[in-house]
Amino acid sequence: MSNETEFEPVIGLEVHAQLATKTKLFCGCSTAFGAPPNTNVCEVCTGMPGVLPVLNAQAVELAVRAGLGLKCTINERSQWSRKNYFYPDLPKGYQISQYDKPICTGGKLDIEVDGHTMTVGITRIHMEEDAGKNVHDDGLAGSRSYVDFNRSSVPLVEIVSEPDIRSSAQAAAYMKAMRQVLRYLGVCDGNLEEGSLRCDANVSVRPKGTEKFGTRAEIKNINSFRFVQQAIDYEIERQSELIRAGNKVVQETRLWDSQAKETRSMRSKEEAHDYRYFPEPDLPDLVLKAGFVDGVKKQLPELPHDKLQRYIATLQLSPYDAKILTEDAEVAAFFDAALAVHKNAKSIGNWVINEVLRDLKGSSIESLKFEGAAIGELVKLIDDNTISGKIAKDVYAELMANGGSPKAIVDAKGWVQVTDTGAIEPIVDRVLAANAESVEKYKAGKTNVIGFLVGLVMKESKGKANPAMVNDLLKKKMGG
Amino acid sequence: MDLANLTAHELTEQLAAGKVSSVEATTACLQRLEKTAGLGAYLHVDANGAKKQAAAADERRAKKQSAGPLDGVPIALKDIFLTEGLPTTCGSRILEGFNAPYDGTAVKKLKDAGTILIGKLNMDEFAMGSSNEHSGYLPAKNPWDPTRVPGGSSGGSAVAVAAGSAYMTLGTDTGGSIRQPAALTGIVGLKPTYGRVSRYGVIAFASSLDQVGPMTKDVTDCATMLQTIAGHDPRDSTSSVEKVPSYTQALEQGVQGLKIGVPKEYFIDGMDPEVRASVDAALESYKKLGATLVDVSLPHTDYGIAVYYLVATAEASSNLARFDGVRYGKRVDPGKGLLEMYLETRGKGFGPEVKRRIMLGTYALSAGYYDAYYVKAQKVRTLVAQDFKQAFAKCDVIVTPTSPTPAFKLGENTSDPIKMYLADVFTVAVNLAGLPGLSLPSGFSKSGLPIGMQVLGRPFDEATILRTARAFEREHDFSSRRAIS
Amino acid sequence: MSKEAPIDRAAVVHVAKLARLTVTDAEADALTRDMQSILAYVKKLDELDVREVAATSHAVHLETLLRPDEPRPCMPLEKVIANSPERIGDGFGVPKIIE
Repeated sequence: MSNETEFEPVIGLEVHAQLATKTKLFCGCSTAFGAPPNTNVCEVCTGMPGVLPVLNAQAVELAVRAGLGLKCTINERSQWSRKNYFYPDLPKGYQISQYDKPICTGGKLDIEVDGHTMTVGITRIHMEEDAGKNVHDDGLAGSRSYVDFNRSSVPLVEIVSEPDIRSSAQAAAYMKAMRQVLRYLGVCDGNLEEGSLRCDANVSVRPKGTEKFGTRAEIKNINSFRFVQQAIDYEIERQSELIRAGNKVVQETRLWDSQAKETRSMRSKEEAHDYRYFPEPDLPDLVLKAGFVDGVKKQLPELPHDKLQRYIATLQLSPYDAKILTEDAEVAAFFDAALAVHKNAKSIGNWVINEVLRDLKGSSIESLKFEGAAIGELVKLIDDNTISGKIAKDVYAELMANGGSPKAIVDAKGWVQVTDTGAIEPIVDRVLAANAESVEKYKAGKTNVIGFLVGLVMKESKGKANPAMVNDLLKKKMGG
Repeated sequence: MDLANLTAHELTEQLAAGKVSSVEATTACLQRLEKTAGLGAYLHVDANGAKKQAAAADERRAKKQSAGPLDGVPIALKDIFLTEGLPTTCGSRILEGFNAPYDGTAVKKLKDAGTILIGKLNMDEFAMGSSNEHSGYLPAKNPWDPTRVPGGSSGGSAVAVAAGSAYMTLGTDTGGSIRQPAALTGIVGLKPTYGRVSRYGVIAFASSLDQVGPMTKDVTDCATMLQTIAGHDPRDSTSSVEKVPSYTQALEQGVQGLKIGVPKEYFIDGMDPEVRASVDAALESYKKLGATLVDVSLPHTDYGIAVYYLVATAEASSNLARFDGVRYGKRVDPGKGLLEMYLETRGKGFGPEVKRRIMLGTYALSAGYYDAYYVKAQKVRTLVAQDFKQAFAKCDVIVTPTSPTPAFKLGENTSDPIKMYLADVFTVAVNLAGLPGLSLPSGFSKSGLPIGMQVLGRPFDEATILRTARAFEREHDFSSRRAIS
Repeated sequence: MSKEAPIDRAAVVHVAKLARLTVTDAEADALTRDMQSILAYVKKLDELDVREVAATSHAVHLETLLRPDEPRPCMPLEKVIANSPERIGDGFGVPKIIE
């Protein structure tokens, strides 16, 4: 290849998503994150002699849900296989996975890159158990590591894409879109820091305009959108350089070193792998009962794209607002919950975008002390004249600080807007008496002075008087 | 008569009548154990624990709170069963010192039934063998002639029953490991239908073939023990939800009108003439009892051993991967890193036969050979299973010899693995097809060695097998002969 | 399988490593001999035409067994780790793993 040869990358991603179950794939141990080492374990997930796997029903349902959300064919019969290799974090010496007959095949995911929509094909989704964790603390005596099996047998789906991706930006967009869909579906919490979502990238390059795939390298265990982009960029450059220099790309497994910002060959995977897959004799085929898939389909939540379209078409939100509200499944759920209380999409949308999301400064909406319904209630209080917009801000500040229900806050603080003429009238009279000058001006035709007078009444009523009512009363009394 | 020579149901009668106590029966077993220690039946004995359990059983009986027909009956378990509080080695040095952190399901059921656990029994390492000579500790010997093998892999389980150091034992059968030693030691051994008894807490050899079963002095005891351990287990996905019938109810109903299949492939030239004569005589006896003999054919019999040794070793190579020195068992670490730790731990911890089978199984699954060996074997396995399906369309049970010869001499078959593997020629097909099969004494050779015959049945039809076996047993005294008196 | 040459010593050594078994030279010789004879014996399966036959991995029909997603108590740490050849903190110690 000449130095001018331009290369095109061919990329396929394998996303590993932890299924949002309470218990592990093959035993009843908790999947809770962050437990002390080897406390969420039992004889099954530590591979003691004589143990047998029993499949978690919820994991099956979530895998089917993922398949439906990604427009896959759900296979009524799928099969478990053993993937055999030795590693300390793999307690049985094999991983129970699906190989020949996965639960889902042939789907797709639409992604948006630079304003353009493209479709990435999904080859398959299969279920598998996670391995434990090898820990090599610096604190440990130099030549030792230790194993923690808390993660062992945590349920995963591996979602394998077609090699349809042509840039690192597309890869990052794919991973983001995948996370969004899986979170919408309730399949995976999408927590990248805790390892709930991670991916392997298969990257090869070929001279632009050619058809034949180059030799690929597999980059393992990438756990952020930024890293996926950086790792792939690095890998494209590395492989292109190799070929330009007349060398060959070696098929191998590489690791992204986020500190050194480079991929490097994994020593532990140097040995040519021969996983000796064969059907798992301890588990019968997974046969989905008649009607099961339809049942899951019926309860499938609205997906991001459909929700976006509905917000624009039915709720008449601007595409910009609709996009912000649907970006994250939790935010959309928060908005929907508010809307369920009070049907003023525009106002609620504004509150969520301009107040709630701004105040969150990027932290999770679940960290709030109140739920979406509270915002619906708040907007309802404004719309039915119970409180003024100004008071609403105070109620919101109270919600942020201490949570609770807007109505209860308004009641407790005595912030109910005064709409009783009998209560407002004496204040109006007092203000008029004390501001004879302004009254004269008004009568002389300087009607804009009324704003000043309204302000005084509001001030005296501590903001509780209904401004429109004050306005009317003033006009009436001044003979306008 | 020595208490140790009673059957379990005879003992139960005496216990119920207050003639003996469970402590006395346990002591009788322990004394017999001591007297026959040279037979190498046991790997671990828990004399004190057993006596305590027996005292508790006697107390329950006194309060009329006995748990059932096996309450107070001393038993022992093949060392393949995980037992909390007793060592579990599976006959292997690699598990030396391993203390199981939980009880398997069958063990739990037997404990709940009030049985007294005397100890853990010798076996071929990881259940791989047909003579008990592949034990990682010591060979077990045949009580009828200690220069001969007791069969395997449940050799210790057979010896304990035949020698009277336990009233009944549990074995496991992957290719004949219950039936062949039962035949060679003159006792009754049943391999139930695959899925009839939970495999939870049983160290796996070949997961799709392994099955737990009783080894007893007679058919009645066998039925009672099966009744105690059978049934679905929510911890074993391969255990069947099929209802468990009463195995004792129809036991005495005889074989009048029963169709007994006789497969010509199991009566071959070159088999031991005394074995043939014994089984022929048994068939004649069945005719007299009112059964009809039907010629059936199992044409793929000759391929059974080849299929078995590919399927079983492939599964074993994977099942035994967990013995890696990381979480339990004996570790050998030369200090040269992880790979060396694995290689040395497994290389030194496993005996030659286990290594040979792991090698064969790894090879049969490895890239480039998987289709030629493993898949091909699984396909022929289908043909073997179909043979039985067709045969059982014509008959209710099938009767064959269990082993082609009576007990062979220690060391006679150890140099040639294939010769040893052929000891299973009549037993492996049943495992491949998942069917139930029982071995019971059909006679004795001129030199006084027991000969066994097999009764095979349809899936989950253990009741008919037991009834057929009992009908023969009632007419002969073979099951009541004792090797040690 | 009829086309393959019988397994040679080099293949035996490779399989032994794949299975994580050290074998002495004498063991490798013996294993080569034994495996050659066993593989020659199983060649008899080639007599059968099984192209149209389905493979059996479970001989008895079994229903899919599903477990409800309900946590049950885990095993106490001390019990889990009691048999460990090398305990480091609350973990299973092993020679350092290099990735």
